Amino acid sequence: MAYSDKVLDHYENPRNVGSFDKNDDSVGTGMVGAPACGDVMKLQIKVNDEGIIEDAKFKTYGCGSAIASSSLLTEWVRGKTLEEASQIKNTQIAEELALPPVKIHCSVLAEDAIKAAVSNYQERHGEAAEAEKKSA
Amino acid sequence: MSDLKLPIYLDYSSTTPVDERVAEKMAGCLTKDGLFGNPASRSHSFGWNAEKAVENARGQVAELVGADPKEIIWTSGATEADNLAIKGAAHFYQRKGKHIITVKTEHKAVLDTTRQLEREGFEVTYLGVKENGLIDMQELQDAMRDDTIVVSVMHVNNEIGVIQDIEAIGNLCRERGIVFHVDAAQSTGKVAVDLSKLPVDLMSFSAHKTYGPKGIGALFVRRKPRVRIEAQMHGGGHERGMRSGTLAPHQIVGMGEAFAIAGAEMGPELERIRMLRDRLWAGLDGMEEVYLNGDQEQRVAHNLNVSFNFVEGESLIMALRDIAVSSGSACTSASLEPSYVLRALGRNDELAHSSIRFSIGRYTTVEEVDHTVEIVRAAVAKLRELSPLWEMYQDGIDLSTVEWAAH
Repeated sequence: MAYSDKVLDHYENPRNVGSFDKNDDSVGTGMVGAPACGDVMKLQIKVNDEGIIEDAKFKTYGCGSAIASSSLLTEWVRGKTLEEASQIKNTQIAEELALPPVKIHCSVLAEDAIKAAVSNYQERHGEAAEAEKKSA
Repeated sequence: MSDLKLPIYLDYSSTTPVDERVAEKMAGCLTKDGLFGNPASRSHSFGWNAEKAVENARGQVAELVGADPKEIIWTSGATEADNLAIKGAAHFYQRKGKHIITVKTEHKAVLDTTRQLEREGFEVTYLGVKENGLIDMQELQDAMRDDTIVVSVMHVNNEIGVIQDIEAIGNLCRERGIVFHVDAAQSTGKVAVDLSKLPVDLMSFSAHKTYGPKGIGALFVRRKPRVRIEAQMHGGGHERGMRSGTLAPHQIVGMGEAFAIAGAEMGPELERIRMLRDRLWAGLDGMEEVYLNGDQEQRVAHNLNVSFNFVEGESLIMALRDIAVSSGSACTSASLEPSYVLRALGRNDELAHSSIRFSIGRYTTVEEVDHTVEIVRAAVAKLRELSPLWEMYQDGIDLSTVEWAAH
């Protein structure tokens, strides 16, 4: 299968590989996919007090397109608000990486990953806020 | 090391280059000064000489597998031989019954053929295999019925290289008068085959897996006791009516020469290839979470099918650009399905998705094997660094207990 140069570049030099401590209050974690389907993406965002994504890291088990989709995503979400980040569409990723039709699901998975990370962060902060209220 | 040519070819189970000695013989059957005649021409020496060359090759193929030359029918390859054997026998014996038995790990040339027969009204039982890729004899025996007419089991598996016990299977078939077909496309030159002793009725062969040309194969059709098949290709009545079509002397002579070389050189070649295979496995086995697929002992020396846990097959193939290998994960073919053969072994999805088939051959060198080990180790390490599954494994999480958000 012929990959686009952008996919190859992200595959050869993946950006922002790694993990944050998922128990850190400023971190939201999204893990999507399944080994049975051949791809699993873990995306983590680090959010500052202003609600801006300061940093993002990923780990992906999957084909070259899946790795490239998640690598690209970490670049795109940096500096965005949670609201803006969750509006990233799979079609934008697929277009940027020139994914062939059989690999579109990789970009769908990346979109799912950022949505999952944002909602994980929001859930934890919703709960944290409530816990603070109770103890006050 | 300096003369190491990249990419390194380790996909001999897909196909082999034509041996130079074979190519030379083939070239002598094409042009006006060579044996270009039609072997079916009875009225002149061009035809007679071509026929002589074809019959010589038939003898060479027969000799490698312990058959009588009259039992060898030329086909376009093992796929056609499988089709001719299974459809031919099923159609001929359908008045006796319409049940066929085969195995889930067969090549598609067999599985697609039996699917077609199912559409025609035959009933097919697909046997599973044990964890080591071999069939359970008791299960086979239990599957046999009074209306079973054909059993088809491959000799050497193309993906994992395991060798089925065709002698034992054949004996079970004989007891019940069932026609036994064996796909032996991956066997010639890799494991001894002696049809003068083996209870096999039909056997398919391919030239291009054994340093012969593509586009030519053969079907062994036993004469004593005689097995009948219905022709699938009709025409001039070549090959005693079983397979019509003008014979291709250059292809046939190539297959004959390739099989003759295989017979003459198999002993030392097997020893060398086994040494290379062991060297490759020793280089990979030291890594964590690496699994050999298929039985450890009952396998050909040429094949090493390995799963690298927590690494996905297609991305691994991408990282192994300098090595020509096959991935068990059929992700590249857009089906996103892991290999049906590895699935049949009961390998979990991660392992089935992460397998690589290395197949070693006549021209593989020690330097190539050593370089392969280096490249594979580096690639697996890099991809594991990227893998959330590897991270979870390192954290002591049992992946089978995780609830995945399947998509």
